[in-house]
Amino acid sequence: MKFALTAIALVLSAPLAAQNQDLGQPVAEGGEVETVDEGEGLNVNVSYEGRLDDLGIAIPAFAADRNVPTPANANGTGALGRELARVITSDLRNNGLFKPTGPDSLPSPSYPEITAPNWSTWSNRGAEMLVQGYVRARADNKLTIGCYLYDMQLKSELVREGWVVGPADWRRAAHKCADLVYSRLTGESPFFDSRIAYIAETGPKGNRTKRLAIMDSDGANHRFITTGRSTALTPRYSPDYKKLVYLSYVDGNPRIYVYDIGTGRQTLVTQSANPTFAPRWSPDGRTILYSMAVGGNTDIYSVPATGGTSTRLTDTPGIDIGGSYSPDGSKIVFESDRSGSQQIYVMDVNGSNQRRLSFFGGRAATPEWSPRGDQIAFTHIGGGFNVAVMNPQGRNLRTLTRGWQDEAPTWAPNGRIIQFFRTERNTGKTGLWQVDLTGENERQLPTPADASDPAWGPILP
Amino acid sequence: MNMRLATTAILASSIALAACSKKAPEQLPPAPADTTTNTPAPSTQTGPTVGSQSHFNNAVGQENTVVYFDTDGYDIDGEDSAKLQRQAQYFQQYSNVTFTIEGHTDERGTREYNLALGERRANAAKNYLVSLGIPANRIRTLSYGKERPVAMGSNESAWAQNRRAATVTVN
Repeated sequence: MKFALTAIALVLSAPLAAQNQDLGQPVAEGGEVETVDEGEGLNVNVSYEGRLDDLGIAIPAFAADRNVPTPANANGTGALGRELARVITSDLRNNGLFKPTGPDSLPSPSYPEITAPNWSTWSNRGAEMLVQGYVRARADNKLTIGCYLYDMQLKSELVREGWVVGPADWRRAAHKCADLVYSRLTGESPFFDSRIAYIAETGPKGNRTKRLAIMDSDGANHRFITTGRSTALTPRYSPDYKKLVYLSYVDGNPRIYVYDIGTGRQTLVTQSANPTFAPRWSPDGRTILYSMAVGGNTDIYSVPATGGTSTRLTDTPGIDIGGSYSPDGSKIVFESDRSGSQQIYVMDVNGSNQRRLSFFGGRAATPEWSPRGDQIAFTHIGGGFNVAVMNPQGRNLRTLTRGWQDEAPTWAPNGRIIQFFRTERNTGKTGLWQVDLTGENERQLPTPADASDPAWGPILP
Repeated sequence: MNMRLATTAILASSIALAACSKKAPEQLPPAPADTTTNTPAPSTQTGPTVGSQSHFNNAVGQENTVVYFDTDGYDIDGEDSAKLQRQAQYFQQYSNVTFTIEGHTDERGTREYNLALGERRANAAKNYLVSLGIPANRIRTLSYGKERPVAMGSNESAWAQNRRAATVTVN
């Protein structure tokens, strides 16, 4: 009874809060994904020894045990099985990872064949690998989805896993299957089952409408958080995906807010009349870094994510801004123009031992430490604006992109792909792009409008 | 630190002299003040309210309401200080008027740095006005970084017009 009353009160107060805070309706939080025991897979080595981007993978429609209605698809679990295979195919094709063939040009295996492939069906299709799976609707409307990877040459299973998801989360099972296949074939950590926060842009160059938005790593499940009445910039997902920190001009000044995705409420990171910029989470989600200008001089501060006293970490007369934690949380890489131009520096989390890392000509901005710890991505401003990487000692500079203006790199959860935004000359149109660490495989991520300031979150909990 | 700033200032001004790329006056609209004074015998009741943006523009000349900066710069040079002195005369005459200095950058910078740079430019203009005797509590600063360009091109001329601190009256 008490719960019901609280719920009504929330519904009644929500529109008013939205007016004052430039927020749309709260976004429902994602459900849990339970991994089910699919039994022991065989522990065999992958037979394929060629280049992974030449590796053919056949991904036929997932089989339903029987076609039944599901809230996940208007045409039932049978049609959902095909959609699952399409999502997996799209994941594995993008960024030039592999050469997958999707369900629309393949026969559909029957349910019993999922665990016992009909090898002769697949042997003449030029695919070295086969991904099969099934979907079963449960009495509680949830879905059980299984994923199997087979080596065609060995005629042997390489890995299997299954998940129970709510019908709204069916795409997560597809991403988890793509992650399972990707990890088994490359030895890398997964990254598809993750989300991206960014800024959606519309309107003329001189007066852009900028809205905070979120989406899955492949652009699906897109939602706007703010209405666009005030400019929103530079979001970051909290490591647990429950909050977003971002900059908003909602009170007329640039200030950082923490938005709680579950409740739809937002709060100022620090109570100060000064402008605050460039918010970042620590890897454990307990601390927020921000930059604050006092009398025109910007420095970096840290504050407990739950509120409390801020600690000033830099105190030079130049602009010190941004910051990205090393994965172990012991160091912060940040940007400063104390030398006269934007360069990249590193310090301990308490602000001690500040030293410059970038010494390769031009300016260097927006450093982001890879989740693997082995690279720092940044915006290199030389003749143009390019996304580049260096090692944490400031060496081995490699330029990965060649757009007119590419900036603000953000890492995939496994540190293997970098997302950034590209601005076109003159029109000012923007879009989200991804590039792998070779710099060879670059692609634009589809978004409903122009897009900037991407922030890729970790693997979903 | 003072030594470093002084050196930077000297370097910056000599670069500005050498390059002559800072200002874009040919792009600026003519001052509307002349047309106002040429109008025959305006009644004292008509015309903009004291403290409104148009009153301020007419009084100081619209070209004097905006100061411009070098790439990545925030120094107030001789041309800027002449403009700010005109503004200061106005704010001394109308001592109830409060105002905002909006700091802006060109598009050729990263977003967050540009927010900080816009704030630094707005404060440079504010500090100059304070040095001329305008109380700091009448001046608000607001940085838009690269979010609100006035010239839409992607070229040196447009960028020079966008690297600016604009004085806007609060009314």
